[in-house]
Amino acid sequence: MTVTAPAPASLAAPGARVELVGVVKEFAGHRALDGVDLTLRPGELVALLGPSGCGKTTALRALSGLESVDGAITIDGRDVASVPTNRRDIGMVFQAYSLFPHLTTIENVEFGLRMRRVPAAERRARAADALDLVGLGHLDGRYAHQLSGGQQQRVALARALVTRPRVLLLDEPLSALDAKVRVSLRDEIRRIQTELGITTLFVTHDQEEALAVADRVAVMRAGRIEQIGTPEELYSTPANSFVADFVGLSNRLPGVVEGGRVVVHGVALPLLDPTRLDGEAIAYVRPEHVTIAARDEAAGGRGEFAGGRDELGGGRGEFAGVRGEAAGGRGEAAGARGELAGTILTTSFLGPVRRTRVSLDDGTVVAVQHAAVDDAIVGQPVRIAFTGQPVAVE
Amino acid sequence: MSARSGAVAIGAQPGRVARIVILGVVGLAFAVPVLAMVQFTFRAGLAGGLTLSHWTGLVDADAGRTYRSLFQAVGNSGVLVLVTVAIVLVVLLPTMVLVHLRFRRFERVLEIVCIVPITVPAIVLVVGLAPVYGVVVRVLGGSVWTLAFAYGITVLPYAYRAIRSSMDAVDLTTLTEAARTLSAGWPAIMVRVIVPVLRRGILAAAFIAVAVVLGEFTIASLLNRVNLQTALLQVSQSDPYVAVIFALLALALAFVLLLSIGRLGAAPRARAPRARKAPA
Repeated sequence: MTVTAPAPASLAAPGARVELVGVVKEFAGHRALDGVDLTLRPGELVALLGPSGCGKTTALRALSGLESVDGAITIDGRDVASVPTNRRDIGMVFQAYSLFPHLTTIENVEFGLRMRRVPAAERRARAADALDLVGLGHLDGRYAHQLSGGQQQRVALARALVTRPRVLLLDEPLSALDAKVRVSLRDEIRRIQTELGITTLFVTHDQEEALAVADRVAVMRAGRIEQIGTPEELYSTPANSFVADFVGLSNRLPGVVEGGRVVVHGVALPLLDPTRLDGEAIAYVRPEHVTIAARDEAAGGRGEFAGGRDELGGGRGEFAGVRGEAAGGRGEAAGARGELAGTILTTSFLGPVRRTRVSLDDGTVVAVQHAAVDDAIVGQPVRIAFTGQPVAVE
Repeated sequence: MSARSGAVAIGAQPGRVARIVILGVVGLAFAVPVLAMVQFTFRAGLAGGLTLSHWTGLVDADAGRTYRSLFQAVGNSGVLVLVTVAIVLVVLLPTMVLVHLRFRRFERVLEIVCIVPITVPAIVLVVGLAPVYGVVVRVLGGSVWTLAFAYGITVLPYAYRAIRSSMDAVDLTTLTEAARTLSAGWPAIMVRVIVPVLRRGILAAAFIAVAVVLGEFTIASLLNRVNLQTALLQVSQSDPYVAVIFALLALALAFVLLLSIGRLGAAPRARAPRARKAPA
């Protein structure tokens, strides 16, 4: 187990305010960044989230100076667009393992201090502090090939922090690690970032990672930022269908917008954007905004599951959020009161929850998220209903 | 025969006996001539018998005068080795690094340019080099070190492959970018990151250059320069024993250098953790 130390004063650095204004980058006619505007407040951790090729790494590299771009980039009000990388006072952790293979762990961490001509004694002390901070003080004599992937990225983090940079840039630092190490290290990064108060830009394509560690998340597509906000804002009020689809899981269901609501399978749902013009649309409905219950007319229509349980979701014979009685009483035919009949196609156990895909009678497949304790059997007839949360449409 | 027994396993390793046979045959092919050369240096003329006189003669008081041309040739080859290695390190290495980091689209072109000399026989190379050296002599004089320009070309394929294989083994782009974010300028990156990381390839390139230069005869002979091999030929007319002794010494030096490549390029082992101050 890794034992980490609290952030020492030798590594504390005031967070800087970072601004990217109208940043544009073209690669052979292709616009990798198309007028990116982004502000990082002092001490804030912002995650850049998006699919591969959306420009998030290019934006981070623009901030680091590794890519030359058009537009303004300022750190604490100072325009750094023409400042070379080695003078920008940044720390960076790369996606690929980037420890210098000919240097030991502590020599790697000392590298940045050596380049800044920090006296040897101070250099050694600060490097040791940084290694302790990431819990690897005992491995200071190891070389990169003698460390695991997670350890290498921890050392890279220590190396990036030891110079007390004004901005920390993390370019998918966890993507090469296995799932358990990823979660552990991302929590560690968040702890250290919070303790040091360093302004941080974190690039990732993993939405769970972004939502878990960031103060704010910027969702990118095709070189532009589609929405920036807190994880809660992005999840509950996505600005558009792309964000709704990319952040979290959504069912894409055909519907018709009518008077500020969208009618999906005969059920009218409120819109996140009520000003949307009427017409055909695709509605994005979260799996957790759909409820599920057994449909077993042969058993008397009591909503029982074949497994003997009386119900899904709460044990009271009701839909979560839509009581059975309110929906027309027990055992009523599917289709009435906003319920849709279907059959369980697949079901996946995800720890605290279970995700079940239901094939409706018209062939539409809807994903439903419900409590893991609820039984769900492939082929079982069920009824689903929407909880009525506002939805995004495209 | 069944299809199964007749199948050839791609990439399968030879069995232990096959390995011993192959190594034995190849080893003998190398060892027999070398041992014959060694034995020859101890021969006491056509009458037979063994003597140390050919070896001890090299350290006689008169040896410097007797074999002056040979010692001079050794000095010439030493200079050629140094200049050729310098060409590899000062011209080829930075060019390869620059192309790899900044002009990746030219990497294939550079590879072809560097590999081409291996396809050109030395005699053909000399035909092209002769008029070039006419200019070189007018500009830089006729010193023997100018021959290193030609040797720089002949070692290109070997040096290129050695350095390239080291470059392919590491993510040089990420390492240099990491160094830049850590405040390193390009000179520091070259000295503190690139050269140490490519150490194995650089050493291999340098040692192979040494081996090639020490064994080169054709170009020096046809361009009327004196190096170890041309001097050995000359000496062998009058004293074949000394010629063979020097050939053996050159061979031994080349062996040592090539064996050193593997040793020097081995991965470092962990150092003991540093003593940490006990908490107060």
